[in-house]
Amino acid sequence: MLNFIVRRLIYLVPVLLAVSLLTFLIASLLPGDLAYVILGDQATPEKVAALRHDMGLDQPMWWRYLSWVGQVLQGDLGRSFRTGQTVLQAVAERIPVSIELMLLAEIIGLVIGVPLAIACAARAGSAFDRFMTGGAFAMLSVPSFLSAILLIYLFAVELRWLPATGYVPLTEDPIANLRFFVLPALTLALAEWPGIMRVLRSDMIATLQEDYISLAKAKGLKPSRILFVHALKPSSLTLVTITGINIGRLIGGALIVESIFALPGIGRLLVGAIYTRDLIILQGVVLLVASGFVIMNFIVDMLYAVLDPRIRHGHA
Amino acid sequence: MNGALLSIQDVAVELPTPRGNLRAVDHVDLTLEAGRTLGVVGESGCGKTMLSRAILQLLPKKAKLTGRVMFDGRDLARLDPESLRELRGRDLAVVFQDPMTSLNPVLTIGTQLMETIQEHLELDAPAAKRRSIDLLTAVGIPAPEQRLAQYPHQCSGGMRQRIAIAIAMSCEPKLLIADEPTTALDVTIQAQILDLLAREQRRRHMAMILITHDLGVVAGRTDEVAVMYAGRVVERAPTPTLFKRMHMPYTEALLAAIPKLETAPHTPLPAISGRPPDPTRPLPGCAFAPRCRYAAGRCHQAKPDLSAAETAGHFYACFHPIQMAEDVGA
Amino acid sequence: MATLELSLPEEVEQPVRRKRGLGLLFWFAISWIVIIFAVAILAPVLPLQNPVDMDMLERRAWISTEHWLGTDGLGRDELARLIWGARVSLTVGLCAPLIGLIVGGALGLLAGYFRGRFETLVVGSMDVLLAFPPLIFALAVVAYLGQSIPNLTFILGFLGIPAFMRVSRAATLTLARREFVIAAEALGATHARILLRELLPNVFLPLFAFFLLGVAVTIVAEGSLSFLGLGVPPPMASWGSMIGEGRESLEMAPRLAFLPAFAMFVTVLAFNLVGDTLRALTDPRQGAL
Repeated sequence: MLNFIVRRLIYLVPVLLAVSLLTFLIASLLPGDLAYVILGDQATPEKVAALRHDMGLDQPMWWRYLSWVGQVLQGDLGRSFRTGQTVLQAVAERIPVSIELMLLAEIIGLVIGVPLAIACAARAGSAFDRFMTGGAFAMLSVPSFLSAILLIYLFAVELRWLPATGYVPLTEDPIANLRFFVLPALTLALAEWPGIMRVLRSDMIATLQEDYISLAKAKGLKPSRILFVHALKPSSLTLVTITGINIGRLIGGALIVESIFALPGIGRLLVGAIYTRDLIILQGVVLLVASGFVIMNFIVDMLYAVLDPRIRHGHA
Repeated sequence: MNGALLSIQDVAVELPTPRGNLRAVDHVDLTLEAGRTLGVVGESGCGKTMLSRAILQLLPKKAKLTGRVMFDGRDLARLDPESLRELRGRDLAVVFQDPMTSLNPVLTIGTQLMETIQEHLELDAPAAKRRSIDLLTAVGIPAPEQRLAQYPHQCSGGMRQRIAIAIAMSCEPKLLIADEPTTALDVTIQAQILDLLAREQRRRHMAMILITHDLGVVAGRTDEVAVMYAGRVVERAPTPTLFKRMHMPYTEALLAAIPKLETAPHTPLPAISGRPPDPTRPLPGCAFAPRCRYAAGRCHQAKPDLSAAETAGHFYACFHPIQMAEDVGA
Repeated sequence: MATLELSLPEEVEQPVRRKRGLGLLFWFAISWIVIIFAVAILAPVLPLQNPVDMDMLERRAWISTEHWLGTDGLGRDELARLIWGARVSLTVGLCAPLIGLIVGGALGLLAGYFRGRFETLVVGSMDVLLAFPPLIFALAVVAYLGQSIPNLTFILGFLGIPAFMRVSRAATLTLARREFVIAAEALGATHARILLRELLPNVFLPLFAFFLLGVAVTIVAEGSLSFLGLGVPPPMASWGSMIGEGRESLEMAPRLAFLPAFAMFVTVLAFNLVGDTLRALTDPRQGAL
């Protein structure tokens, strides 16, 4: 097990290095001189040159990359030249919102998707199963900004049950906080459950054909135990994988959903940085999000190993 | 037979396939008394596994079962799911062919043993654990306590089959069905597993159905043998009688296919020529006729019924029964 | 005993699988795709109003003979914008996966055929690319490159390369071991000949099915970016930007958001349906759904 973790950790290093290089290249190679962005188009060439020198922009690329990575490793991701906030401060302020949103969304998605998958797998081929698989397929074609509009129209404009936009911190008023989170989390969850359901369903159908399920039946176990312990546990590996894969989509989805519902999360920080061309924030946030994504995938791999004894004991 | 533990009456199983209905089991009658052993022998595809699944009520969903499966006075085919569930694992147990696939890979051996015990016997967890350890000891597993916390992939194939046998015996079943229990195992392990089954069968006074394609396996380990071909029982006899005076040419062919220790190595086995008939296109005559060297005109037109031979309890379905001149030991 | 183990598996237990013929839905999807394409291609010659002409006196006008679907928040003809928007969504939606198909398909083919170091390199670099949450990657790059249809197409296409590479490599790996390839090798065929004449035609079908699914994904991605105001530059219409603009008038005229939303949903669903049907047909290993 330890060996396995170490091997995966070593693999993380080149991936993270490549991620940082790519982030840096996007920020550096593409048009739009940072000094001009800061000083405005009317700036005199002398002023621009001076600022470029101050910021080290006149150094060769590889040197700038190395010094940037050096700074990042010391925990210095830079400071927004518009708000004066450091990248870390800005992210720390907003990350609880994004995490709450994604957690709620994934929970709602699992709550909808898992029982449906089990119900469909237990009665594969029935009318119920076909209806639900068809519904899930259609749902996969609904982008989250579409369901957001629909939910806002239904619950905020027509029924006036829930607020369309806004945010109250959880620590201030948990009930109001949840009310603001219902629609965004539901929006994300609507995009999550079809994938969860489809994958888990086909996986469980395959599991239910296994010999050990026949043996479990022959042992006279209760149908609920066969379904939830003997069939769901092997398939829960799939569940962990799909939850992990979903994280990438969730981050992208959160970006849009936060913008639509005016939730002050990472996504909105990023979109705001793009609108204001705040390149330092942009570069820092992209690096953090991509690294977070890589590390999440690593954690998912670990979880997978914990759940699957065959991998844990190196029989993969 | 009145005192029979298991009485299969006119059982047929049909499976829908893209090429039409497949009659996997074709009107089979069999009986088994408590504490006795029955060998069911035949090639792959002869319906012996489907027959065992029919007894256990574990047929594929689309399969159609007709006839009666009387077990302990009750018809399993018409039993409600709850009573069936209580019966399975407690009175009726099974060991499948491949121990690599029949144990759940993500549950510990202890869980898989104890769940059966706790489902059917009124035992608390420590008692169930003690019983599990006793069972593992009985099937010859060293350090049983440590094994309980392990997963199936940490055991060898033979070990896993021993565990599967321990699970099957955990509630002292009245009938154990062993469906090709050694086919997937190493040759050196096969005899050990078969002897273990025979020993435990006698000790616990279980009835046992031993399903195999190898006539050599049933010789000396069963009280009675039923030979199946194309879904039908074609010959049935007490084991010694069968080996002394078999009447079916098919049984003879099966016997000839057993490798014998005394023959020189690399001697080709006399295989049965041809292949079993397409079960979706039943023949009008004897299903074995196309491959049978004794077949005559009549064999291709009518199906021979199972009829009694000169020895009590010996039945065969053949128009041209062979008469064995010599004693064939097995 | 091997001689006795003849043919006929005893258990004919098939995985539960609905036989999926090309049902009615498939043909509905095809017809929708054909119609939407025809309308989008013919947009310049159709008797439509100018999609960017504003009429501040006729803002959010209801359906009339002049404006068949009414006007939007800036008094522009909704029908014209819907159809011109289809042009944008379909252009990006088709061209971007084409980049992925060509580059990713080629990389996967080469990686699956030559194996070795080259394969390790390709698979590794694709892993790095996959480490970026795609939408954030697209946003960041569009933010630097500037908003335009070619830029949008390029970046969305680039993001599709890893997925196409995987599909093509997987298909090549299974094919490369088949008899006809081994036979061609034995006959002394060149690598180029094997790749182009033997492998490519066989890899193409699964790739094409995946391409259709890619079109659906790309239309959604382009819609998301445009919805955020970071896709096509205004005043050009795209379904995503129309939905984004329609959000402002959700209380007064919900149709302004729901019409493009409906168009996008049906189009995406149609591509998903056709793509999924073709994938099921070309991939015999796939289980139920």
